[in-house]
Amino acid sequence: MTPLIEFRQIYKIYKMGENEVHAIDGISMKIFPGEFVAIVGPSGSGKSTCMNIIGCLDVPTSGSYFLDGKDVSHMNDNELAEIRNKKLGFIFQQYNLIPKLNVQQNVELPLLYAGLNEKEQATRARESLNRVGLLDKAKNLPSQLSGGQQQRVSIARALAGNPSIILADEPTGALDSKTGKDVLNFLKKLHKEGNTIVLITHDNTIAAQAERVIRVSDGQVVYDGEADIHKFASIIHAGDTEVDI
Amino acid sequence: MSLKKSFTLALANIMYDKMRSLLTMLGIIIGVSAVIILISLMNGMTGMMTDSFEELGLTTITVSTTNRGGSRTINEDEMYAFRDEHPELIEGISPSCNLNMATVKVGTTSITTTATGVSEEYADMKALEIESGRFLEFQEINAHRKVCVIGTYIQRELFGFTPALGQNIKINGNVYQVVGILAEKDDSTSGSADDVIYIPYTTAVRLSRTGTVSSYTLTAVNQDKVTPAIEALKAMLLEKLGDENYFRVSNMLSVMDMATDMMDTMEILLVCIAGISLLVGGIGIMNIMLVSVTERTREIGIRKSLGAKGRDIMSQFVIEAATVSGMGGIVGIVLGAVLAIVFGNMLNLSATPSVGAVLLSFSVSVGIGILFGYLPAKNAAKLNPIDALRHD
Ligand SMILES: Nc1ncnc2c1ncn2[C@@H]1O[C@H](COP(=O)(O)OP(=O)(O)O)[C@@H](O)[C@H]1O
Ligand SMILES: [Mg+2]
Repeated sequence: MTPLIEFRQIYKIYKMGENEVHAIDGISMKIFPGEFVAIVGPSGSGKSTCMNIIGCLDVPTSGSYFLDGKDVSHMNDNELAEIRNKKLGFIFQQYNLIPKLNVQQNVELPLLYAGLNEKEQATRARESLNRVGLLDKAKNLPSQLSGGQQQRVSIARALAGNPSIILADEPTGALDSKTGKDVLNFLKKLHKEGNTIVLITHDNTIAAQAERVIRVSDGQVVYDGEADIHKFASIIHAGDTEVDI
Repeated sequence: MSLKKSFTLALANIMYDKMRSLLTMLGIIIGVSAVIILISLMNGMTGMMTDSFEELGLTTITVSTTNRGGSRTINEDEMYAFRDEHPELIEGISPSCNLNMATVKVGTTSITTTATGVSEEYADMKALEIESGRFLEFQEINAHRKVCVIGTYIQRELFGFTPALGQNIKINGNVYQVVGILAEKDDSTSGSADDVIYIPYTTAVRLSRTGTVSSYTLTAVNQDKVTPAIEALKAMLLEKLGDENYFRVSNMLSVMDMATDMMDTMEILLVCIAGISLLVGGIGIMNIMLVSVTERTREIGIRKSLGAKGRDIMSQFVIEAATVSGMGGIVGIVLGAVLAIVFGNMLNLSATPSVGAVLLSFSVSVGIGILFGYLPAKNAAKLNPIDALRHD
């Protein structure tokens, strides 16, 4: 089976004056269709950089990235936009909804850029909102919704285009533990329905809810295996100061 | 992306920040309405000028002779003979002799005005309309009769609502019978085209100081014949009088040409002013678009993460700019039209906005809006999605 995501010796290096920051320091990994993977690690370990590269929002300094068997390293802006539109659904910590568009218009955006006609956009956006239980808020502005509801809108938006991968960067980070749990349960449900999910978190207990855990530290993979908290959380690596259990 | 959808989204954006949209539109509104007001008033003024020149008669040629010590003169018969020799150039002719500052009196009411001595042809030459009675007749001219035709101002001032026809009036002490009343041409006020008294020129000449006819009014067959007619007249007068200084031939066409030239210059100036105001409006749009592109970098990032291509971002901003400037343009057209009519009424002009002015100002403003929307959007469209997303 071809992996959905394959990193081959990916590096992301930021130049800060004299210094070089290796945000990703040679990561190779494979993620297969239908997996629910958590990328976990302390703050600054390179998780978001990792997700940005997976999500084609950023390009690696070196290494190759194969998405669905295709090398995206050499694609141009329009091709990358196409991939983000068709294959990826993002859920951000800060929801990233557009404040002046109403909930339905927000959810329609990926469909709009996919070139669907207006009727299809509306139908699919409303279906998607129905899945997250927010159909009744379709005409509200995001600012009229609670944080948890806004995050559900952003999930609806990620689902609307029926992407191959759902990428969630600290999706519960801005939510209280109860709503955070709801969002997590929803991701689990999506996984059961066959979606591939990559969840990024600094929280071991959240990572433990996934099927597989990749632990990063200082831009390197220090654990890749089953989501057994007793196994991945005990990995201590140089510079890894955080120990939460 | 469908145009209707883009337009809906642009409208959502405009409505979300009404104050800013209004400020953006303000420049365009002012620019467009300024252009429409200026061009409308300009048209109204040109129209009024042309009307008043036409009223004076563009085919009318005036000849006046000054017989300063010259032994040679020209008389009516010689002038009439000239007309008979040039029927292809000259249509009508009337000697004219003004009694300026004449005291006109009925009972105890008196006014001061000008009584003009003319021939029976004068009514046709000037296309005078008779309301009641008739114009002066040939035998009255021949017989130096004391009869007159009056305008509505004289009727109103001296007779009020009593019909003046057949009544007598005193001009400089002599009694004249009113044989005709002209139709109202202007507004029946003093000094207007209705403030006129026509009497036989023969009668007027006898009462004037010189006792001879010194000026003539002629009409050319049509406007194209004006110049050749003037040339023929000058040649004839030069031959008879011997010196160019002894006569003057004038026509409104040349005066109007001069006035038209002046108006054209003014129009260019006004169009420049209007153009500048449109440009200022456009710069306003550019400013707002620049600011909004910077402010909305995060939004651009979000859209790109959802699959927007560079051209989607660009068309979004351009359509927004076009919508804002188009709406501003429409408001500007309405405002400009209303103000043009209001100012026109205040200045007694018929300043109706021309289709050309509306089209010009609208297309220029929307064009500028699109251009200045396009330029900053071009940079925004190139942003790397992650850099745009991180922006706050
Ligand atoms: N644009 C950038 N410029 C410079 N350094 C960066 C940039 N983005 C991330 N980094 C650095 O890369 C490292 C990894 O960052 P990040 O991927 O955001 O970590 P995490 O999401 O795990 O907290 C950090 O040391 C961070 O300071
Ligand atoms: Mg992060």
